[in-house]
Amino acid sequence: MMERALSIRNLKVSYKDREVLKGIDLDIYKNKITAIIGPSGCGKSTLLRCMNRMIDIVEGAKVSGEVFFGGENIYAPGVDPVKIRFKIGMVFQKPNPFPKSIFENVAFGLKINGYTGDIPQMVEKSLRWAGLWEEVKDRLKDDAYVLSGGQQQRLCIARALALEPEVLLLDEPCSALDPVSTLRIEELLLNLKERLTIVIVTHNIQQAARIADYTAFLLDGNLVEFGETSSMFTVPKDKRTEDFITGRFG
Amino acid sequence: MREKFIQILLASAASASVIIMIGIVFSLLGETAGFFKEVTIKEFLTETRWTPLFTPAHYGILPLVCGTALVTLIAVMVAAPVGLASALYLSEYAPDSLRRVVKPVLEILAGIPSIVYGYFALTFVTPIIRSVFPEANVFNALSAGIVMGIMLIPMVSSLSEDAMMSVPNSLREAAYALGATKLEVSCKVVLPAATSGIVASFILAISRAIGETMIVALAAGSTPKLTFNPLESIQTMTAFIVQVLLGDAPFGSIEYKSVYAVASVLFAMTLSLNIVGTLIVRRYREVY
Amino acid sequence: MSAQEVKFRPHLERRKCIDAALKFVFAGSAFFGVTVLFVLLFRIISDSLGWLDLQFLTSFPSRFPEKAGIFPALLGTIYVILITAAFSIPIGIAAAIFLEEYAKKSKLVSFIQLNIYNLAGVPSIVYGILGLTVFVRWMQLGRSLLAGGLTMGILVLPVVIVSAQEAIRAVPDSWREAAYALGATKWQTVRYVVLPSALPGIMTGVILALSRAIGETAPLIPIGALTFIRTLPKSPFDSFTVLPIQIYNWTSRPQEDFRAIAAAAIVVLLFVLLSMNFIAIMIRNKYQRRIKEV
Repeated sequence: MMERALSIRNLKVSYKDREVLKGIDLDIYKNKITAIIGPSGCGKSTLLRCMNRMIDIVEGAKVSGEVFFGGENIYAPGVDPVKIRFKIGMVFQKPNPFPKSIFENVAFGLKINGYTGDIPQMVEKSLRWAGLWEEVKDRLKDDAYVLSGGQQQRLCIARALALEPEVLLLDEPCSALDPVSTLRIEELLLNLKERLTIVIVTHNIQQAARIADYTAFLLDGNLVEFGETSSMFTVPKDKRTEDFITGRFG
Repeated sequence: MREKFIQILLASAASASVIIMIGIVFSLLGETAGFFKEVTIKEFLTETRWTPLFTPAHYGILPLVCGTALVTLIAVMVAAPVGLASALYLSEYAPDSLRRVVKPVLEILAGIPSIVYGYFALTFVTPIIRSVFPEANVFNALSAGIVMGIMLIPMVSSLSEDAMMSVPNSLREAAYALGATKLEVSCKVVLPAATSGIVASFILAISRAIGETMIVALAAGSTPKLTFNPLESIQTMTAFIVQVLLGDAPFGSIEYKSVYAVASVLFAMTLSLNIVGTLIVRRYREVY
Repeated sequence: MSAQEVKFRPHLERRKCIDAALKFVFAGSAFFGVTVLFVLLFRIISDSLGWLDLQFLTSFPSRFPEKAGIFPALLGTIYVILITAAFSIPIGIAAAIFLEEYAKKSKLVSFIQLNIYNLAGVPSIVYGILGLTVFVRWMQLGRSLLAGGLTMGILVLPVVIVSAQEAIRAVPDSWREAAYALGATKWQTVRYVVLPSALPGIMTGVILALSRAIGETAPLIPIGALTFIRTLPKSPFDSFTVLPIQIYNWTSRPQEDFRAIAAAAIVVLLFVLLSMNFIAIMIRNKYQRRIKEV
């Protein structure tokens, strides 16, 4: 049996009266890439945001159910969401570097969380992990907004990696990028999975097929199918999965 | 034909604003030039006494500028931190329902005439100050400055809040995802990103404080003095203008002309601050 | 123990504590304004107790506080505001229409716009000096109602223009296009489509601008709005006084009783201003709902 990084049990989320996740059970395996796919509005981003309690900052969202991380339910009373987010990193749909220098962007998490090591060294290490070091090593003091979209997104990945999280969540990280940048980020993720567990939400089925070890298909707030990507894309068990991956809807 | 006529009519209405600005400059310049025929610019800028109503008369604007600066400083020391903290609360912490109550109240506060604040300074704040510091004068810079600061809080708060609101939410999310607390998100991400708007709000507040008249005319005194002791009676530029014009100085007299000289300095100071402030506001609107 | 726990000392409890403490401070600052408003209102109302009655509203000022009243000041304020409105509303709306509907983007137009913003920041006492120089002396209007009203009109003009511009900008472009598609000329579109739907917004702005004028004292001091008048103004060329000037005069006297009638006059002034604000907010709320429904 493979080790699990996260176990989600009967997770329900509603905004006001609208239920967007209707009882999800899902396991995320360690050092694997898990893709979450589904048509827009199916709740895949919401599901991702539940994994590091980013859902807490969405006004009016109600969560029930359990998410186990390292044997602990992160929704148990008394669990501090700040601590969870420190351990589980996240990268967003659009690159969102802070309006600070490249260096300060990566150092931000290190500083607020009291990193005891050498910060410049860790910044370099993280930028190397994100495959960005060679491109920016001579201009660390420049504003992050001088970078291209793809570079900005890798900077955001470096920023998350600096905290050496156990899990990295990515919410459609390539949707705003060109194909070349997309490819670079996909390569990067494949290299990274030795170090950590990756969960990626994507609207791009090919992307899931290219990089994910496991794929979860979500529809209308329900988990329709979950399994190894290779088998799911060749012999889907559910008719709806087949329709979706062959492009009949969504 | 008719369309053309209407357009010309509307355009001339719009150009009225330019005519007004020119009118202000010209009406100030005429008498100011007359003033400098009798007083040298050197005396005006370097002399440390301002006594146009006594003999021997001295025409050094420094004491009036000093009084204005002192009151402005006190006002900004009240308005900047309180306004900024209030903006942070309203933009980052307060739930929507609370914001909908507090914001209109601040609007009302901003709409109260300065004469009312002047009354408040003289009859409420001054006695409190005098019970704490018995050596304080009945008219003092501290009382006027504090009350002026209170008057400016809504302005600083609402302009700074606008700047914070225009910081995209994605930046807040990025910081939360790195394990930041709400305070760290507010102070280390939102605040730096909104800096230019906040600075602009401070600049506009300073400009308002320099030009504010009724509070200082009632509560700060009428003794031009080179002092930074907030408990003493001082005189600001605006209060001097009021004092002379209430006294019915004859047209053409040197006292009368000195009002214009002081008003020119006042106008130049506030205009340059306003230009800087509006330029900053315009620029930060273009960033996101 | 994970690698992360060795390398980081997040001190989460301490950060949480500071977070909570400062939240308290921030909230305190936001409520400071609310508190001050209540203290101020309470203070002024309690100072005025016993002085505010019908006699106070209908009497002339007097050397004896118990006989003094604000009738000429009240009337003067009304007259001044009428002149202010007659001057600033048509010019302000016309300027706003020009800037929003007619003017093409050019250096000149952006200069005019910047100039309007800067006018709004000119200290009100400077407007008073402008009024003294231009109206009282050059145009020989003397220290009259007309000079005072025009000075106030110039003072509020930038405020009227900016708020009318905002209201006009809020009218959806599709409505204009619809009018053009029906063969309307530019002016017909403005007159029959843009202005009617922008009107509530413009009115809100105008009321707020006029309420500012009602409370202004400084610009009328150079004009010489007298505080001690025995006759009511009968024509625009007569001398006058207004409420804020009357309040200033009474407040600056050392006697307690004059302070008390100053407070009573402030209550009247604030009552007028707050009701105008209230009306403006009512109009705005109703109007916003309508635009949203579209």
